Formats: sequence, C-alpha cells, structure tokens
Amino acid sequence: MPILDHLWIILALPLAGAAINGLLGKNWPKSAVNSVAIGSVSLAFLAVVETVREFLQLPASQVPWVRTYFPWISAGAFKVNFSLQVDQLTIVMLLIVSFVGMLIHIYSTGYMAHEGGYYRFFSYLNLFMFFMLTLVLAANIVVMFVGWEGVGLCSYLLIGFWFLKQSAANAGKKAFIVTRIGDFGFTVGILLLFWTFHSVDFGTIFTQAAGMPSDTMAQAGVLTAICLLLFTGAIGKSAQLPLYVWLPDAMEGPTPVSALIHAATMVTAGVYMVARMHPLFSRAPIAMLAVAIVGAITAFYSATIGLVQTDIKKVLAYSTVSQLGYMFLACGVGAYAAGIFHLMTHAFFKGLLFLCAGSVIHAMGGEQDMRKMGGLRKAIPVTFWTMFIATFAISGVPGFAGFFSKDEILNAAGSGPRANVPLWLLGLVAAGLTSFYMFRLIFLTFFGTQQFDEHKVHVHESPKNMTIPLIILAFLSIFGGWFAAPKLVGGTDYFESFVHPVFASYAPQPPAGQEESLAGSAGEQGGIRPNPAMELVHAVTGPPVIVGLIGILVAWWFYIRRPELPEKLARSMHGLYRLVLNKYYVDEIYAAAIVRPLLWISTNVLWHTVDEGLIDGTVNGSARLAREAGGKFRELQSGNARSYASWVVVGAVGVTALLLGIWMKVH
Amino acid sequence: MSVVPISYYLVLSAVLFGLGVVAFVFKRNIITIFMSIELMLNAVNLAFVAFARAHNQLDGLVFVFFVIVVAAAEAAVGLAIVITIAQNRRSLNVEKVDLLKF
Repeated sequence: MPILDHLWIILALPLAGAAINGLLGKNWPKSAVNSVAIGSVSLAFLAVVETVREFLQLPASQVPWVRTYFPWISAGAFKVNFSLQVDQLTIVMLLIVSFVGMLIHIYSTGYMAHEGGYYRFFSYLNLFMFFMLTLVLAANIVVMFVGWEGVGLCSYLLIGFWFLKQSAANAGKKAFIVTRIGDFGFTVGILLLFWTFHSVDFGTIFTQAAGMPSDTMAQAGVLTAICLLLFTGAIGKSAQLPLYVWLPDAMEGPTPVSALIHAATMVTAGVYMVARMHPLFSRAPIAMLAVAIVGAITAFYSATIGLVQTDIKKVLAYSTVSQLGYMFLACGVGAYAAGIFHLMTHAFFKGLLFLCAGSVIHAMGGEQDMRKMGGLRKAIPVTFWTMFIATFAISGVPGFAGFFSKDEILNAAGSGPRANVPLWLLGLVAAGLTSFYMFRLIFLTFFGTQQFDEHKVHVHESPKNMTIPLIILAFLSIFGGWFAAPKLVGGTDYFESFVHPVFASYAPQPPAGQEESLAGSAGEQGGIRPNPAMELVHAVTGPPVIVGLIGILVAWWFYIRRPELPEKLARSMHGLYRLVLNKYYVDEIYAAAIVRPLLWISTNVLWHTVDEGLIDGTVNGSARLAREAGGKFRELQSGNARSYASWVVVGAVGVTALLLGIWMKVH
Repeated sequence: MSVVPISYYLVLSAVLFGLGVVAFVFKRNIITIFMSIELMLNAVNLAFVAFARAHNQLDGLVFVFFVIVVAAAEAAVGLAIVITIAQNRRSLNVEKVDLLKF
C-alpha cells in the first residue's frame, strides 16, 4: 500500500507548487507558471485516485486508516501528532476537492490570461489546495484547524487579489474578520473538547463519546456545549445566518476563486466538519436542532435576497449561502450522508455556475449587471448550454444531480427520524425560490433582447481551456447524482451505502422500543415491496419537484412572457422590494450596531484615552520628569568657582558630621 | 622639660584649617585661594605629625611626605593654570571665570 503509507504526498504536491510559483515564478513566462500550477494539482489528483484505488482494497477493519507522521506539539498532557486519516468521507471530499480544483486551475489559465500578478494568483490557488486537502485529511482536530485557518487565509488573499481596488481589499478584510468571529467559537470548542476527552484525535474522542450518555433536549451537558461552539465556527466558515455577510462581498475576487473557494470547497468545510463530528452532534439534540434551524432559515432567507439581485455573481453568492443552508438542514436532521451528497453535487453545479458566470463576464468584457446583458444565447452557445444544465441541476429538475440530493434532504427533513415539518416547509419554499431566481438569471442573461451596444461590446465565446472544464462539470452536473438513482426504483443508493460505514460507526443506540419499531417498519417495507415504477413516478412528482417547476414557470412568465411585470410588481410592493433589494439592511444594521460602536470605542477609548493618555502618558511623563528635574539641578552648575568651593565645604562638613555621628554611636 | 600635650597641636591645626576654609570660600583672588588650600594642607600635616609623635608611630610622618609631594605637584599645575588665566583675562578675580557652566 505505497501511497496510503505516504498520504503526505497529496499535501506536498500543491504546497511545492505554491512555493515554486510564489518564490520563483515572478519573471517566468505564463506557460511555465501554468505547468507548475496545473502539474502539481493534477499530480495531486492522480495521487488521490491512487489513494482511492488502494483504499477500496482495504479490509473494513482497517478503516479509518490513520497514519501518524511526526509528533507536532507535546506540552505536558497536551499531545498533538501530525496525523492524517482516510475513510469514506475523506475519500468523497478528496475527490471533490482535487478534481474540481484541477478543473478550476485549468479554467483560470484562460480567465486570468490578461491579468497582472499571474504567478501570485496560481501560488495562492495552489496554497489553497494544500490547506483544503489538509483540512480534509486531518486525523485530529488541531491539524484540521490548521487547514481550516489556512483556507481562510487563502480566501482573504484571493478575495483581495486586486488589492489596489478599495472594495476588493475591504471585502477581503471583511471575510477574514467575520470568519474570525466564528473561529473564536471553534477554538474554544477545541479547548473544551480537549478538556473533556484529554485528546484531540478523532478516534479517541469518538470512542469516549460513544461511551458517554447522550444529552437530551431537557438536559444539555458538555457535549451540547462543544457542538454549539464548533457549529459557531461552521456558521462563520460556511456563511450561515448571522455571519453570512462576508460571502456576497467575497465576489470581489476573481470568478474562478468564487467558484473554487466560495462555492465548491472552502465554504463547505463547515458542513464537512459537522459531518466529521457526527458522533458528538448525534448525542447533542439541542445542537442538532440548532444546526437544522440555522440551515433551514438561511436556505430560505438568502433565497429571498437572491430573487432581486441584479449582479450575476451576487445572485450566485446568495444561492450558495442558501444551498449551504440545505446541507446544514440535512446534517441537523441526522441525514449526514444526504448533506455530504448535496455538498458533492453542489460542488459540481455551483462551481459550474460560477465558471459560466465568469465566462459570461469574460464575454461581456467585465460587465456583471444582468440587466445590461440579454440575448447572449446565440453568441456564446457553450457557456449557455452548460449554464442551462447547471441551472436545471440546482433547480432540482428530475434527472439532474441536484434533484437527487435535494430530494434526499427534504425527504429526511420531512419524514426522517428527526423530521421537522416547519423546517421542511422552509426548505420546500426555498427550493421554489431557488428555481425562480436561477431561471430569472438565465432568462435575463441569455434570452430576450440585447440590452447592450453590440458595437461597443465584442461578445465572444471563451477559449478552449475555459470551455472544456465547463463541459466536464456540466457532465457531472447531470450524472454526478446518479449514484442515488437506483433508490428511486427501490434499489440501493450507492452514495449512501458507500459513506454509510462512517456515519454508522459511533452512532448512538436508539432506545430498545424504538429499535423494534424500526425493525418492524423495515420488515413491512420488505413485505409489501412497492412497485418500482410507482416509486419512480412518486419521486419525480414529489413536492420539491412540483415547487421547483412552479418556480421555473413563474420566472418564465415574468421574464419571457410578460417582461414588464416584474417592474410593475416592484412598484406596487415598493417597501418590500426595497427591503429585499437592500438585503434586509443587514449590513447597515451590523454597521450601526456593531461596527460603528466598535470603531468609536477603539478610536475614542482605546486609542485616544488608553493608548495616548495612559500608555504614552506614562512613558512621556517619566521622560518629562527626568528632563525637568535635570533642568532644575543643572542650575547648581553655575560656573562660579566660589559656589563650588562652598559646596565642597558643605560636603566636607556633612561627611565629617556623619563620621562623627557614627563614632559617637560606636562609643 | 615638659611635653606639650597633643590637644594644643590639634587645636592649632583646627584653627589653621578653619582659617584656610574661610579664606577659600570668601576670597576672590585666585592666588589667595591657592594659598588657603596650602594652609589647609599644612594644618592637616600638623595634625599628622602630632599624632605620629603622640603614638610613637612612623605612619603619620610617611603621610606627611606624601602630602608635601602632592602639594608640590598641585602647586605646579595650579600655578600654570593661574598664569594662563591671568594672561587670557588680565585679571585674577574668580568671579570673572564662570564660562564653564550649564
């Protein structure tokens, strides 16, 4: 098992690429930078493929496969090893990250071809791959945290890639600071985790947690506290309410970055972390409920904002926030496999949507406002068709990838063991909103009449290195979900059965009575065995599909059939429209409630009072004391010899008196 | 032949020393100040000699020789300075030599 023993190779390749390009690439031709960047990522992908091949031959008893490379921190009882692990969950994430990452690297060579700082861009992108793979491969939470913070750093660097633009620099800072709020909770969670279990290794923690009594709704213990703290980190990293505000602003970065970091991989790290920590979450029902509620509300809330945005990337950003909400909803109702499944399909279709948006922006010469596009269908056919497919996928049209994963999530929310009908309804409405705003995007961009001056804008299809990744991802956006397809006709869900061992291990034992009833219902199902054709019909006409189709029809009615309607509607519901258009004024509320008071305190209290008054005052004050005392004492040095003579006499008398005093005391 | 008691010498030494101090502080002429320093040195020499005689020890006498040698050296250096000041200032008044100050 050569590569399973040397998992570090997967990490070392992109790190080496980042170092080579970052240190040496400045004066290299673009082709050299390309070959280092794409070469390292492609080799990492091949290493992942080889890992998968070897992993599949492992006996089940050796999973999870953990390899420790060196002791990293050893301070008393606190011991951290640099160790990596592979299990089914890791395999899924590794494949997504390395493959989508590779495609986006290739795409970037076309998209960034005319930009300055080419080597810098690819160096950051490779560094991101390194940290993301570290996060995914980590076998303890501290190594995971390294990846977690590292991807945050790369996100900051890449959002602010065009740092001469003030808004881009600010967006980078915003992303970093807002995420940090969540990371504070994550850090405290890690400490509490170590304090409780005396270990940071996943295996040790989970084994101990499995022996602990579960928290209940009525009685929240340390497990609930840990899970809520860790989830705070996930809220920040995965842009959930109330910390989602950084993600829409992150669209200031280059579009491939939005596709890779802010759609396909980094923002899903929170979902991955929750799924990875499932033995703890499953034993903390309050935390689970919190995850589900935050997920469902975010899914609905950000979908409503997406309805009225006019910037093509902003629509996709809010859509990403909404889809991440779905993943958390899935985790919150205990359907981790469905959440990870949606993570995968979302990586395909949302990555594709962003890349297509990039291709559109590229074709329009930098224009991002959808109202100034229109009728692009004929001019850029490859982009149009691939984006069309991705839109079908995200809208959950039967047969496309998103259909399978979204269906599973809503099923679990509606009728799973932790079903929650209000949250299911929220998710369902959000599904309708999703298909509406996505088709609105398509109709505004590609259909209707051209809203731009054809002589000024030279619309052109993107080069091959951009369109080929689009085509591959479009293929995956259709077939990426078909692992679950046999389930529709009563067969097995291959994805779920693949990751099942991860989520079945350490799962809490249901109470005796419940187990029986579960077994009973399973037997019943086996007994009746519904007609596969009926199952299929039932699945493709379920509520999510119906709602999705309604969304599409409404979008068609509004933007193709009666294009004057949206404006009329906006005018008649002016107040609501302005509220949503301005994103519920959340940024303004945060500015007024948090940012400005903080700035005021920092400026007036911490800066002017504490720093200038207290600290500078002490330092300058002691200097002034010395100077003024010196000023007084130097006047003794009058230059008059007779005054010196007097001082000598005074000194002599003083010394004599002293000696006399001592002598008298002795005798 | 009666022996003069040591206290007589010491009183004389103290009187001479006091005169030296007063002259040292109040006189303005550099030469006079210089002479008052010599007076103080010799007052101390007298005390040394008196003690040496009273205790029948040589140490005090040895110290006196040292003081005389140092006083001679000091007189040489001091008078050289006095001559330089006199040449530059055309005056021996110490009040007028006060440039070296804060």
